[in-house]
Amino acid sequence: MVRLITHNLLACHAKGCTTNNFPLQFKDVSIELREAELNPDFIKGFLPRIEWKALVDAARQLGDTTLPSEMPEMVDDEFLKNLHHVLLEMHVEEGAMICPNCSHVYAISNGIPNMLLAEHEIA
Amino acid sequence: MTYRALELLNLPEDEPAFLLDIGCGSGLSGEILDEQGHHWVGVDVAPSMLEVALEREVEGDLFLQDIGQGFGFRAGSFDGAISISVIQWLLNAETSHPTSSPPHRLTRFFTTLHSALRNPSRAVLQFYPTSDDQIQLITSIAQKAGFGGGVVVDYPNSKKARKVFLCLFVGSGGAQQVPKGLEGEEEAGSGKAMFEARRERSGVKRSDKKRKSIKGKEWILKKKELYRKRGKESVPNDSKFTGRKRKAVF
Repeated sequence: MVRLITHNLLACHAKGCTTNNFPLQFKDVSIELREAELNPDFIKGFLPRIEWKALVDAARQLGDTTLPSEMPEMVDDEFLKNLHHVLLEMHVEEGAMICPNCSHVYAISNGIPNMLLAEHEIA
Repeated sequence: MTYRALELLNLPEDEPAFLLDIGCGSGLSGEILDEQGHHWVGVDVAPSMLEVALEREVEGDLFLQDIGQGFGFRAGSFDGAISISVIQWLLNAETSHPTSSPPHRLTRFFTTLHSALRNPSRAVLQFYPTSDDQIQLITSIAQKAGFGGGVVVDYPNSKKARKVFLCLFVGSGGAQQVPKGLEGEEEAGSGKAMFEARRERSGVKRSDKKRKSIKGKEWILKKKELYRKRGKESVPNDSKFTGRKRKAVF
């Protein structure tokens, strides 16, 4: 159940991996669409916290091209709906996330990513 | 308990927030967060519990993660964090590896949690400490990680209802004060033993009857008489002073 909203917040937390550790790259993913209730206030409130480029890249990788490459100045309903769909309705069920820096693989199975580290990777 | 934690979080009203549920388990508190319209992310170290959460079809994203290893969330990701009956587990060392020592795990947990939270925001962590030393250790490490705030104890005098909340603030804000714990008795009736009411009633009756002082003159004379009859030596003689009160100036 990794949604892009959380993916957009997730960086690698292995030992010594402090730069270029965001965003994690998706690999071999299968996604599932699940409808969720649209809450415009929440989306608007969340906008400033989004790393836009990472979100658009991730969305395109998962096959959704409704988002513009630049964050638009004006927020209209159409845009909010698309953003809502990308952030909250696309669930990654299977696959893996790979850190671009240390290439640690976080496997996703059954919608739950395994974020556990081995002993030598704990900071 | 989740309701109380939410109350302590003091989120702005009617605004959906993005919260972190630390040790979400089977998603019990997550369901309450859903009810209140919040979005949340849950982490737990037990895959079996997460599976249960999946079956219950909670709304939040779930992560298999050991909180003692730290979080990888970007700075300022969450509007708040709650945790119900979890962080006492950080006090156990599972291996002898240095990263497995409780202080190290606590430090890692609090520093990464601090950075994952927005400024200003709060984290409310309910836990079961076994001693005051543990509270001391946890709060000191949380303060080192940059948190303000402190411990809130609900029903401090009740064995059953007593709950310890660690109420942590990110960012000073100046005006933030540690909320007060709930005082007084837990809801009447529920916590009482079966015959307590009857015992209280009879207790009242007994205290109504005026108790006579046993050390009166009569009593002393009776005792002396008894001792003499039994042949006990050195029983003082009776006199007009027997059993009299001394003057106050003595």
